[in-house]
Amino acid sequence: MPTSVLWAVDLFGRVYTLSTAGQCWELCKDVQMEFKRVSAATQCCWGIACDNQVYLYVCSSDVPIRHREEAYENQRWNPMGGFCEKLLPSDRWSWSDVSGLQHRPLDGVALPSPHWEWESDWYVDENFGGEPTEKGGWTYAMDFPATYTRDKKWNSCVRRRKWIRYRRYKSRDTWAKIPSKDDPKELPDPFNDLSVGGWEITEEPVGRLSVWAVSLQGKVWYREDVSHPNPEGSSWSLVDTPGEVVQISCGPHDLIWATLWEGQALVREGICRNNPKGSSWSIVEPPGSENGIMHVSAGVSVVWAITKDRKVWFRRGVNSHNPCGTSWIEMVGEMTMVNVGLNDQVWGISCEDRAVYFRQGVTPSELSGKTWKPIIVGRESDRSHSGSSSSLLSAGCFFGDEVRGSGTESAPSDTDASSEVERQDPEQVLPRESVDNSRSLKGSLSKGPETRGSTEDTLENACPADSKKAPEASGVDECHGPASTPAELPWTNIDLKEPKRVSSQPSAGFPETTGLSSLGLFPLGMEEPYVADDHPLWAWVSGGGCAVEACSVLKWFTVQSGLSPSVQSLSLSITPAQTAAWRKQIFQQLTERTKRELESFRHYEQAVEQSVWVKTGSLQWWCDWKPHKWVDVRVALEQFTGHDGARDSILFIYYMIHEEKKYLHVFLNEVTVLVPVLNEAKHSFALYTPERTRQRWPVRLAAATEQDMNDWLALLSLSCCESRKVHGRPSPQAIWSVTCKGDIFVSEPSPDLEAREHLLPCDQMFWRQMGGHLRIIEANSRGVVWGIGYDHTAWVYTGGYGGGCFQGLASSTSNIYTQSDVKSVYIYENQRWNPVTGYTSRGLPTDRYMWSDATGLQECTKAGTKPPSLQWTWVSDWYVDFSVPGGTDQEGWQYASDFPASYHGYKTMKDFVRRRCWARKCKLVTSGPWLEVAPIALSDVSIIPESADADGRGHHIALWAVSDKGDVLCRLGVSELNPAGSSWLHVGTDQPFASVSIGTCYQVWAVARDGSAFYRGSVSPSQPAGDCWYHIPSPPKQKLTQVSVGQTSVYALDENGNLWYRAGITPSYPQGSSWEHVSNNVRKVSVGPLDQVWVIANKVQGSHGLSRGTVCHRMGVQPREPKGQGWDYGIGGGWDHISVRANATMVPRNVSREQEAHGQGPVYC
Amino acid sequence: MTDDKDVLRDVWFGRIPTCFTLYQDEITEREAEPYYLLLPRVSYLTLVTDKVKKHFQKALRQEDVSEIWFEYEGTPLKWHYPIGLLFDLLASSSALPWNITVHFKSFPEKDLLHCPSKDAVEAHFMSCMKEADALKHKSQVINEMQKKDHKQLWMGLQNDRFDQFWAINRKLMEYPPEENGFRYIPFRIYQKLGLSTLYYPGTMQTKVGLELRERDLPASERYLPAYASPVLGIKTTTERPFIQKLFRPVAADGQLHTLGDLLKEVCPSAITPEDGEKKNQVMIHGIEPMLETPLQWLSEHLSYPDNFLHISIVPQPTD
Repeated sequence: MPTSVLWAVDLFGRVYTLSTAGQCWELCKDVQMEFKRVSAATQCCWGIACDNQVYLYVCSSDVPIRHREEAYENQRWNPMGGFCEKLLPSDRWSWSDVSGLQHRPLDGVALPSPHWEWESDWYVDENFGGEPTEKGGWTYAMDFPATYTRDKKWNSCVRRRKWIRYRRYKSRDTWAKIPSKDDPKELPDPFNDLSVGGWEITEEPVGRLSVWAVSLQGKVWYREDVSHPNPEGSSWSLVDTPGEVVQISCGPHDLIWATLWEGQALVREGICRNNPKGSSWSIVEPPGSENGIMHVSAGVSVVWAITKDRKVWFRRGVNSHNPCGTSWIEMVGEMTMVNVGLNDQVWGISCEDRAVYFRQGVTPSELSGKTWKPIIVGRESDRSHSGSSSSLLSAGCFFGDEVRGSGTESAPSDTDASSEVERQDPEQVLPRESVDNSRSLKGSLSKGPETRGSTEDTLENACPADSKKAPEASGVDECHGPASTPAELPWTNIDLKEPKRVSSQPSAGFPETTGLSSLGLFPLGMEEPYVADDHPLWAWVSGGGCAVEACSVLKWFTVQSGLSPSVQSLSLSITPAQTAAWRKQIFQQLTERTKRELESFRHYEQAVEQSVWVKTGSLQWWCDWKPHKWVDVRVALEQFTGHDGARDSILFIYYMIHEEKKYLHVFLNEVTVLVPVLNEAKHSFALYTPERTRQRWPVRLAAATEQDMNDWLALLSLSCCESRKVHGRPSPQAIWSVTCKGDIFVSEPSPDLEAREHLLPCDQMFWRQMGGHLRIIEANSRGVVWGIGYDHTAWVYTGGYGGGCFQGLASSTSNIYTQSDVKSVYIYENQRWNPVTGYTSRGLPTDRYMWSDATGLQECTKAGTKPPSLQWTWVSDWYVDFSVPGGTDQEGWQYASDFPASYHGYKTMKDFVRRRCWARKCKLVTSGPWLEVAPIALSDVSIIPESADADGRGHHIALWAVSDKGDVLCRLGVSELNPAGSSWLHVGTDQPFASVSIGTCYQVWAVARDGSAFYRGSVSPSQPAGDCWYHIPSPPKQKLTQVSVGQTSVYALDENGNLWYRAGITPSYPQGSSWEHVSNNVRKVSVGPLDQVWVIANKVQGSHGLSRGTVCHRMGVQPREPKGQGWDYGIGGGWDHISVRANATMVPRNVSREQEAHGQGPVYC
Repeated sequence: MTDDKDVLRDVWFGRIPTCFTLYQDEITEREAEPYYLLLPRVSYLTLVTDKVKKHFQKALRQEDVSEIWFEYEGTPLKWHYPIGLLFDLLASSSALPWNITVHFKSFPEKDLLHCPSKDAVEAHFMSCMKEADALKHKSQVINEMQKKDHKQLWMGLQNDRFDQFWAINRKLMEYPPEENGFRYIPFRIYQKLGLSTLYYPGTMQTKVGLELRERDLPASERYLPAYASPVLGIKTTTERPFIQKLFRPVAADGQLHTLGDLLKEVCPSAITPEDGEKKNQVMIHGIEPMLETPLQWLSEHLSYPDNFLHISIVPQPTD
């Protein structure tokens, strides 16, 4: 589960965060500032401090925020001096932007704010379209503006080159003031409220955010151009409103709600990708005329509101098409504010005790949730006081939570409470006050906080500010400027209305709230003579950066003291429970016991004879003959124990043909792999033997229910493993692979696999499944395994096994965690132009379906398209995908002259058809031996392969990765004991990258998104990130997509499936000289520490069928013939990725061979 | 690193080498050789001694064959206690193989329950399972199971099928992720009286099925076995009931309870004082887990198939 944080502000303006994996509020690092509002996104948090200025807190990350400044140097040729800076009067500036229209001298490019710094000086960009210019970066043309080429021709009269300089945002993990450079007249008056959201509207530019603010005068402002590379945005622009706004809330997608002083809500309409500011406002009336809306919070498809009587309301029927929703529903509880965070999860601050409450049970199907649950974790400062949360726990039964069911409740004692009040710090008085309030003021409506204040002197003294502002606010005090607000009063409108709301609130239906404090569950707290620092009082909470999912287990609701060994440690260091002395002792004693009680008595007869155990059941079988169809079969698994104690099993499949009963049987010790084949309708799995692999025709069986299938799969898998004596965690040398469904398989390499002669055919490799869902997996021989999910989340292997459908015996007890993955399903909307109506969804009879898959052959409608299998559930609605290759117009359309053709993103006269891509996200939740490596999403990873005899122990394991944004990263601190490593080191590049690979001798190769390759110089254990990139041109007319580096071999793959070997690599010239073609029909390549080459082949023909995505092993690879000859076909199809980079096991070679290998081959190390 | 799953296997496949000898007073037609067998620790005597019964019946006269029962050094062995428990409690300090005497006559009605068939064992076993789940999950898990699952548990035990048994039993070992363990830990603590304990024959309460008797008394003080007692008319059992109380795996402060915490609470005499000499062994499955071992872990890994932790407290052997 990814960890993320909840942001909150206490009544004193201090900002705290609470991690989803944590159990205590952590004070924000920058403690100087006091805040009244915060609004968080995943990567940053915006806030309004007490000086009414806007501040931005950008969370630190290992990847820097860099912005590339560019300037062009333009020159014209003249007969006298050749190319020179003297241009014609009609020409562009000699230093300009890319268009040539703007003057842009290098020294005139300034940093936008004090929060930026230059990374280096200006330099010339030598790379031109993936090729080095080798001429100082100059590109030539006949005249400006024109198409530039690398080569100088006879008619090249002008030339230009690009200068590059990077600037870097430096104010991370601190509150950075947003500079106001605007014209003083335009300068917005002090801000009163602020909300960020909108990150789901569009992904361009990366990390775009909508930041909305409300000034004290009730005007609404929008911050322009906020994105990841420009976190501060550029300027505020005024958005007209029909009235004075007090508060605004911007959801993650296109919902924006605001509240007016008059108590109505404003809803922004017309928000879309091209207009994230929206176009107009609609008004939504409050639930009741007497109590207007005071506060709203919008999510993706929910809106929650608080009315002036503190009641909580849920807006029914809100979505993109109907942002106003249909009606209000009153919810339980009374809150001062609520905040909707990620996944429409909701937090609130109770007006009674000022605690933060979490709405439990919010799921996509039940967006209003079930119950309010108080977050009762302590703050860092009060960790030592284990009793501090007891009074907060008492707040828990306010909403009738399960804590109350203990049955030992006794009447609350006022003396207890009051004596506690006396003991408390001044700042702790407030909750008591409100608790008292709800208890003693039941029904007595007129009593305000002033009267309460006067009854308790301490209270009056402790909170002068609070009691002062109370009467002040009981008038309808709207324009509450900074002058009238004392600086120590960071909270404004919400709190100001408090007394009014209290008085108008018939506080009926409140259960006793202090009951639990007398439960005696927390004797420590009662015995402690001095309870320091009771629970914090909160003013504001923001969940915009807090990813809680319906299935998440949070530890916010229990008091934790000390470290219990069962607490799942999120770090991968070995948990204390696994190393504890008691555990060792039990293992040791059991071994001794077995020795003592069995050693000398093995000849005794067993009391119980092992018998055949049979499991039978009904399944469906995809019959071997035509017409192929599912037929009902009876199956039986017979397990027996041989004389040597080994277990073996036979699977019988009984079927009827021509009313004759027949069967086929499979010896499970011959089975090489069991693959779940889940699709929209069937729970089926495929069973392969070497013979079936060669035929490309597995035994396919389907079960009626998912449970039934999992039971069979787990049992068969266990039997296969038992007969092959494979169990426990895979060895460090294991070969890992992933299918196109994201299922993970692992195989123990036999030494024969990479032998010179008599090598093991790879269709005989036995694969067993690991829980989890990944797209890419990479391993190294020291047991470090990393994976990347479809949603680009990085995962590290925990050392467990099992998970997923493998429960119980087939799964390790520890190191199994929940894993989720998200991917998109795409369908296409196709239209044809006709002269009368323009583009319509009526095509020619010969056309494709008007809603189809990418090929156009399959009809796919929005309503009819289901998630890829029953494991997946939809998590979004259909949306237009603009990021398709070829580009789109503003509405997402791509045009072409006819189907099928190449599409482009603009309409021309010749285009008669168009299509657009719709995407919908779906999600899968499973479990496996994987832990997330937060927070950077990756698109590729490579771990240094190590040869078996190399003694790499001691120093860290080199691991390189490419982030989903194309940044190249180097992981520090990776070791056997800490496979997740500690931090990323960013390796600067001039363009986004796609693939990276590191060889045994620290040779790092990478492929950029433009298809060219790069070699990283000087990488070593002491200089893990190397020093600079050497550009390596790609094979002619090919764009490389992937690279893999073994011991000396470097292989690359291009987008057309060609596999290339880098020739001419020598120790003195590690970049090599040329690409040599090895094979086509390749989708993925993995080169191992023995320079062995394994690929996923695109198509392989078997005797029964074709398979796409087959594991293949390059034959005949030898030191003097590193390219090998021919392929050996292994498991497939449907395989997507393989990593052999951990396998350094070889048959021990004799000495002469050793010499041959080391003496004459292209020795690199 | 060894996995916790291996503990389950080791526990399940624990065997006690046993030598069965026919009681000397049984009348035989021909000489009855001793019978050697590996008894599964987790099973029950009457469930795994078909071979023994068959072996000795051959030597007996047909009319003398009645219900079989077992005795070790004068103590009748309760078939409804798991074999491993009987051994740990009564014979853990003696040499292997375990010498058990086989009787067909004079069934000690006061000490033993009758076991007419394996159905009796099954009924007893399933009722223990249900009681354990009542403690662990308010019976929710066992009640949600189907009849065939119950059958599979029993067949797994009866046929010594580890996989078959654990395929179902793992469900009984689960608990909600938000909890740190079971509601209560199902455990029973059995004590063997030390030599120093005063021994008043005939005065202690006898409750068939719940107690064990002392064996290691000096020969001079040892009373005749119960089966001989009708003649003398003396009650001979000197037994203590086992201890079973409600005990949670997690303390109120969130700390996991350990084996030591449990003993401190329910059986303080078993714990060696800090400066004192170790007098007792705390045994489960023939091993002595450290008192620091979390109880929840023990319950998940060292419970007998009936889902109870059967803990024996036996005097420290003096040699």
